[in-house]
Amino acid sequence: MTETVLEIDRVSKSFGGNKANDAISLTLGRGEIVALLGENGAGKTTLMSILFGHYVPDEGHIRVAGVDLPPGRPRAAIHAGIGMVHQHFSLAPNLTVLENVMTGTEKLWSWRSQTGRARAKLKALAERFGLVVDPDARLGDLSVGEQQRVEILKALYNDARILILDEPTAVLTNLEAETLFATLKEMARQGLSLIFISHKLDEVMAAADRVVVLRGGKLVAERRAGETSKAELAELMVGHRVARPVREAHERGAPVLEAAAVSVRVDGVDRLREISFRLHAGEILGIIGVSGNGQAALAGLLSGTLLRSSGDILLYGEGVGDLSVAETVASGIGRIPEDRTREGAIGEMAVWENAVLERIDEPRFSRRGLVNRSAAVAFADAIVRSFDVRGGGPLTRTRLLSGGNMQKLILGRNLAEHPRILIAAQPARGLDEGAVAAVHARILDARKAGTAVLLISEDLDEVIALADRIQAIVGGRLSPPVSADEVDARALGLMMAGAWKKEAA
Amino acid sequence: MSIVLDIVASIGLWAAVLRIATPLIFGTLGALLCERAGVLNLGIEGIMTFGAMIGWLAVYQGADLWTGLLVAALSGAVFGLLHAALTVTLGLSQHVSGLGVTLFASSLSYYLFRLLVPLSGSPPTIEPFAPLSVPGLADLPFIGPVLSAQTPPTYLALLLALGLAYAIFRTPLGLAIRMTGENPHAAEAQGVDPMAVRYGAVIVGSALMAVGGAFLTLSAFNSFFPTMVQGRGWISIALVVFASWRPGRALFGALLFAFFDAFQLRLQTVVDGVPYQLFLMTPYILSIVALCVMARHARVPQALMQPYRRGER
Repeated sequence: MTETVLEIDRVSKSFGGNKANDAISLTLGRGEIVALLGENGAGKTTLMSILFGHYVPDEGHIRVAGVDLPPGRPRAAIHAGIGMVHQHFSLAPNLTVLENVMTGTEKLWSWRSQTGRARAKLKALAERFGLVVDPDARLGDLSVGEQQRVEILKALYNDARILILDEPTAVLTNLEAETLFATLKEMARQGLSLIFISHKLDEVMAAADRVVVLRGGKLVAERRAGETSKAELAELMVGHRVARPVREAHERGAPVLEAAAVSVRVDGVDRLREISFRLHAGEILGIIGVSGNGQAALAGLLSGTLLRSSGDILLYGEGVGDLSVAETVASGIGRIPEDRTREGAIGEMAVWENAVLERIDEPRFSRRGLVNRSAAVAFADAIVRSFDVRGGGPLTRTRLLSGGNMQKLILGRNLAEHPRILIAAQPARGLDEGAVAAVHARILDARKAGTAVLLISEDLDEVIALADRIQAIVGGRLSPPVSADEVDARALGLMMAGAWKKEAA
Repeated sequence: MSIVLDIVASIGLWAAVLRIATPLIFGTLGALLCERAGVLNLGIEGIMTFGAMIGWLAVYQGADLWTGLLVAALSGAVFGLLHAALTVTLGLSQHVSGLGVTLFASSLSYYLFRLLVPLSGSPPTIEPFAPLSVPGLADLPFIGPVLSAQTPPTYLALLLALGLAYAIFRTPLGLAIRMTGENPHAAEAQGVDPMAVRYGAVIVGSALMAVGGAFLTLSAFNSFFPTMVQGRGWISIALVVFASWRPGRALFGALLFAFFDAFQLRLQTVVDGVPYQLFLMTPYILSIVALCVMARHARVPQALMQPYRRGER
């Protein structure tokens, strides 16, 4: 093995009796990429926070190049050459790229910031690792992928030799993720050492030299990437066999939702251009595409938050005018918004409040302006039970649920009412394997029960496993539908790149 | 119309503009510094009142004028420390804490004033700052006479605006302050202590506010009366937004408001038949209009009014 740059030695950390890390030991070699794999709550982020000095471990040591790192001091970690790229970026959108990178790198009480020198250093780093970004751009104007580049550059600027990335692809599109991993490999080739945290098996297999699996705060396995398989890792991570459910053949019903040449303009920009689709009862129509191609407008249009500028929409065979959000709910359209913490649920409110919020006007939940709390709590309790929402009951503040459980709550809130149509936007994004399987199973159950599902996703595996028919969305246009049985991942990839347009022309 | 032009072209008007603007410049810069670090300081109205009282009292008791300003600054720093302890360490609501500081500081200044200065028919006075003529500057056409009518604290205010602009945009400390106001977690991750930065900014900012108040008793007038700050603190808070948190624009905003004020005073004397209260209102109405025009696209510090707690996202 190559020279060891980092050694984590029997590190333990408890939070209120709950062992988040239990005697974890791990080494990292120079030029090596290690993936830290585990479900949400397995203790990955805790371990990395200890490494970076955000938490003080109860027991154990961390050694960088053989020297003990003082615990609980981010500054010491930075000084020792550890750089951290957080999942939620630690950046200031109102400041420039250069300012974000420079903060804290100079002596605080000097007369002048050496911006010239800093800009030169940043440019040199950007070129060396292929992380192109304009130093003087306002950070908030950059795309998420570019912002992540700034996070990485920030660590490199502090002369990091060891880079920790916490779920780096959680916010990226597939294309951005591929670029990121190419960059990471180049960094490793140049002698940097990297740890990245993930629960996505594909990227772990693709990018890591070595995979370390955490479960329930313990290190359960360590494998070389070349000597393991996705199936084995999935089993190690969850502790038992998991298989994502796959759709079975099934008769579809009559069309329930049709769009004919519908366009949507938002702030003078065409988000959807003459899209057409026909969604049948009991089928799943997958809309695949790299995010930012009009998915948000499509979901908004069908949820009643955006109005079309032209075209016709037929609901249950009849033309409808502009639907409000309340009307979509009333007409049996369930919605799973793309961003569950921003649009899906209100974190500070209790689970029961989130469960009934969109139906609070119905007589069973409120009468004469007063909320029937017991009925609402009972409704929420039924969802919690039947959709296996863990980590709290109806009275829990929703913010305290994990992402997967919050998603189950949102799914349950919609499916409990047997919607005739379900608009599901990225329903499994950011969830761990177990939760993905649960969400997929629920969506397939709904299909079986006759619900028409519009599945908006950028995950090829998800769409292939669930959808009956697939249309690609590119630049606000929809491709003609293809049957899922007749395409493979490669063909879908081409569709996502807009390949059908040539055929049409 | 020619009356209006006469007023605008008069040296007296512009001399008054600078004089009226001075306490606003101090107050606005002080509030701006606090807010750049992420702390709204509604204690400003009370802190200015206390600064006016304590600065005057120090001079009344025999200290010289500069010592009076210094005493005011120190008193402001103490109230800043209080506000910082409540909002930074304890993470309490910045609105409530700020209003509390204002009520406390105003009441305390009336109380101390009554306690230490005997009640009399005409308020006791001191000898205030005299106008300062700077050789070279004083010889400039138009600007020379305008500046020569000003007292030293006004020069200080103008220099301070430039100094603060430089400090905020050109020094590592300024960047640390801005980062703390935008994202204290990011500041912490880069080795900057956001708590310390916020304490420092609130203490220094509050000291500036108190100096602004002291200008009223040590330069603009020569005595103290409890209602003399007259909402200048609140105007300063609005000017910070108007200025989009930039010291240069804060200076401009303070001068603009002072211009409206000085202008309406002169207009009152030449226009008959209009109730003078309407004139009194104009600077405030125009401020609201200016705020609407200028501040709609202002970039608010993202972490303004958000308490920072370690390890919490």
